[in-house]
Amino acid sequence: MIIVVSLLVLAMLAAAVAALVYRDLLSAVIASCLVSLLASILFLFLQAPDVAMAEASIGAALVTAIFVITIRRTKRYEE
Amino acid sequence: MRLAVGLILLAVIGVGIAVSLGGIPFGAPKTVIGDHYVDSARDDTGATNVVTSVVVGYRAFDTLGEVTVLFVAALGLGAVLAAAGGGGGRSGVEPASLILRVGNAFLFPLILLFGAYIFSHGHLTPGGGFQGGAIIASAFLLVYLSSPGKRISATRARATESLSGLVFVVVGLLGLTLGAHNFLANFLPKGVPNTLFSAGIIPVVYCAIGLKVGSELAGVVDGLMEETG
Repeated sequence: MIIVVSLLVLAMLAAAVAALVYRDLLSAVIASCLVSLLASILFLFLQAPDVAMAEASIGAALVTAIFVITIRRTKRYEE
Repeated sequence: MRLAVGLILLAVIGVGIAVSLGGIPFGAPKTVIGDHYVDSARDDTGATNVVTSVVVGYRAFDTLGEVTVLFVAALGLGAVLAAAGGGGGRSGVEPASLILRVGNAFLFPLILLFGAYIFSHGHLTPGGGFQGGAIIASAFLLVYLSSPGKRISATRARATESLSGLVFVVVGLLGLTLGAHNFLANFLPKGVPNTLFSAGIIPVVYCAIGLKVGSELAGVVDGLMEETG
């Protein structure tokens, strides 16, 4: 249990750092989507299914879609 | 000079935080309200999901505020997008792949049903109006991705949103006149716990919140998708 949670947290950290480092904003958005997805799995392990559901549907789906649409209307690469 | 002032200010803030946080025994329960909710939520509100009994039972007025915040945010986004010159339609977008179109035709009703299940069973199982509404909005997002030319009726979405917001407030006002004479008092019979028609006004309010959040977020996605081609 503690191993699974630690692996999840480490993967979240790696994805968060990747989201910061990427110059390609689309890749950065996908990495931040991964953070939300892993966070929702983590909430499920921490016995908070309500929060997991909100995080998966809002954080992973809707926010990612809004960012991708915004990138499509603006620029894809960071300057 | 500026650096020295900044460092002194930082030290003052750091010492202040350390002093104020130092006296708190971390990990020890400081209030008894949490235990009270866990022990008596089912008898007080009739909801078997304790989170829901807090969100729509004990703290229903706060939830009305939350719904208002979401409404104002969606309204602000709509105003900004309208000022930016939307309304150009979505011409020139290439059609989506076959897998996405067929998958959407199969999944769309199932996702809608799942969202409706989540918000109508909020008092029994994990989830509730906000989660169910977000799931419904993601179903509409899938529709937009699979067939870019399609639009939801903005009038109908706005009508659904306003009506469900109105239901929330009217249920609250009815609690003022009937029942315990409090705003959002639970004036309907609590019924048998663990059945669908139990917990009084909680399923009614959660259905209203689910429809409101769903139509609101679908409207946000609709406004952003406008003219993205």
